[in-house]
Amino acid sequence: MTIPGGKTLPVAGPPARPLDSMPSGSADFFTTRLDNLVAWARKNSLWPLPFGTACCAIEYMSIVSSHYDLARFGAEVVRFSPRQADLLIVAGTVVDKLAPVLRKIYDQMPEPKWVISMGVCASSGGFYRAYHVVQGIDEIVPVDVYVPGCPPTPEELMFGILKLQESIQSGRNSRDDRSARFAASLPAVPSP
Amino acid sequence: MSEASVSALSAPAERVRARLAGAFPDTRASVAGLDLPTIETDPAGWPAVARFLRDDPEMRFDLLVDLLGVDNLRRRGRPTRFELVVHLYSTVRDEHVRARVLLDGENPELPSVVDVWPAANWFEREAFDLFGFRFAGHPNLRRILCHQAFVGHALRKDYPPGQRWMCTEEDLYVPGLVAREHEEADQFETVVVNLGPSHPATHGTLRIVARLDGEQILEAESEIGYLHRCFEKMAETHTWNQVIPYTDRLNYCSAFLNNVAYCKTVERMLGVEVPERGALLRTILSEFSRIMDHCVCIGANLVDTGALTNFWYLFQPREEIYGLIEACCGARLTVSYGRVGGLSRDVPADFVDRCRSLLRSIPRFLDDVDKLVKRNRIVWDRFRGVGAVTREQAIAWGFTGPCLRASGVGYDVRKARPYDFYDRFDWDVPVHRDGDNYARYLVRMEEMRQSLSIIRQALEILPSSGPVSAADWHVVLPPKDRVYHDMESLIYHFKWVMEGIPVPEGERYEWFEGANGELGFYVVSTGGGSPYRIKPRPACFPLMAAFEKIIVGSRVSDAIATLGTLNIIAGELDR
Repeated sequence: MTIPGGKTLPVAGPPARPLDSMPSGSADFFTTRLDNLVAWARKNSLWPLPFGTACCAIEYMSIVSSHYDLARFGAEVVRFSPRQADLLIVAGTVVDKLAPVLRKIYDQMPEPKWVISMGVCASSGGFYRAYHVVQGIDEIVPVDVYVPGCPPTPEELMFGILKLQESIQSGRNSRDDRSARFAASLPAVPSP
Repeated sequence: MSEASVSALSAPAERVRARLAGAFPDTRASVAGLDLPTIETDPAGWPAVARFLRDDPEMRFDLLVDLLGVDNLRRRGRPTRFELVVHLYSTVRDEHVRARVLLDGENPELPSVVDVWPAANWFEREAFDLFGFRFAGHPNLRRILCHQAFVGHALRKDYPPGQRWMCTEEDLYVPGLVAREHEEADQFETVVVNLGPSHPATHGTLRIVARLDGEQILEAESEIGYLHRCFEKMAETHTWNQVIPYTDRLNYCSAFLNNVAYCKTVERMLGVEVPERGALLRTILSEFSRIMDHCVCIGANLVDTGALTNFWYLFQPREEIYGLIEACCGARLTVSYGRVGGLSRDVPADFVDRCRSLLRSIPRFLDDVDKLVKRNRIVWDRFRGVGAVTREQAIAWGFTGPCLRASGVGYDVRKARPYDFYDRFDWDVPVHRDGDNYARYLVRMEEMRQSLSIIRQALEILPSSGPVSAADWHVVLPPKDRVYHDMESLIYHFKWVMEGIPVPEGERYEWFEGANGELGFYVVSTGGGSPYRIKPRPACFPLMAAFEKIIVGSRVSDAIATLGTLNIIAGELDR
């Protein structure tokens, strides 16, 4: 495919031909795999549930408001009901008292679902190495993308969301994929 | 107590001592050499002393500021293992006092003072949770911050800082009002509604359980502690300077104010003076932080009541202030910019220009919001007369800050006990008499304008150059180039990093005007490089404690609006 300036871009699918040499009508379709199409749709219409507890939630407010505007990446339909969301963004420290609540919300979300751990507290407990703080939410729920920072800047969280979108498009790191890898990692059960 | 120490007392302390000695001959009425007049008593005499402090015409300490426990296990020269420290303020006489109850034994018991100061309710629950004090006669003595399956009392010195206990769904608290039968002949069946902890209007970490009759709330109970991340225990295991990042995360909407309040407390223990330029820069950035805090409060509150546009109008100035703060220290939200003795570094060269451009742009946003809100019929219906708190209630419940001023008490620490240069600026304390949501909105809006005026005046007297930190190398890190070229500076640097600041032994309570009320730090030092005990006075803790009483009789939607105007920040509430 040629763009103004004479540069040629690679086109997925059918072999590249100059557009003007194509017979009329023949460029109006392209082929793909159905799961690619579904992944493309999913990655561009993430509905996040902000599980905001602390400072990171304030930065999350910044990222969805006008200055940074998460809508540009198709992830601005914030839903506070787990039934309507497919991306759980855990923003802030999760303490032991809140842990069962977080797990319940994760369980209530329909498949497919992804989790972003925003900030070091959610990722590892941060500098709260203390008697009431969960040392990383991966004690409770599986995490797809860890975004470091205390709190992460909006740019960092956007980068995390873009990484997640890449991962969704590639199909790697999906729940099925993870389960398969986990099953493969188990030692073979000796037959009786 | 010797004659010499009595004569060393300050004038207010001497007055308290003389008055109390007349009424209670057995009570050690005052302690010399402390920052505040201090009364020491034993558990048996405590209720009578408390009543005397509140009711005596020469005392009138009607506002309970803070109530906390201290474990003396590793502290020299204290007669008992535990003590309860209470800070009181008199709105009539504008004075602070400290009461100390000496508690013997491993599991001390003492009478509750909830009937004297209703604000003591949650504070006593906290002291029970973290220290194991048993308050006889307390109406609802159960854990408040830690979860129900927690074993032990976390702030005791012999409790390991990292010892966790697993909490499962079965351990979540179910309030008594859920199980109670509540049916009367002339009422329809009532319903119990649970709001939170994961609910957009409870801002993440609060939980309210309410029993409704139709739309009306019959009774409510709030549960907190969903963000208890152990600030106080963490502070005890770090050096004085390492505590600064933790203070950022108390009230994270105005992190710099917390920074400054903590640093000033330690500075006063050390007797260090911050140079004029440093103090003025602190003032300017503190007032900007106050504006940001109010922007979040009002913006989030209006979103909760359905007015989304204001949120975006108010987050834009916030974003611009972020830009300024980021230019100063590299961080947007949790700044860690203050240091004991000054600031971590000087401000950028274009600081004054940036401030002036903010001073020009912010009023426009405020005016826009005011136009949308002030004479808006929907806002009036949602805010006026809703969540009203009378002057007497506000004092009894321990309110401070904008919420107290909206109820008609003009107590602002910046006026009552000016620090830095607040007495040199010309500004007013906005006060409203209605005490409802609308009054709180108006007070906050006006406070932002007053803050802008303070910043404008501070910029005028800001010296264009000069140090921002004290030149006391025991306290402040020496400049890096001197560390590389000068043996003495290298030694100071090494000792600062390895041992921390040598804060003299003693205790101190210092209070400042936070964005949401009186922000105080009670600090105990045993002379080491780490604090022995730090207790922030959380401004929104008494506000949240009163919330379940304010909303009785109102509707659920009104409760959401009221919660927003109280401005509860979980990081500060649960610490």
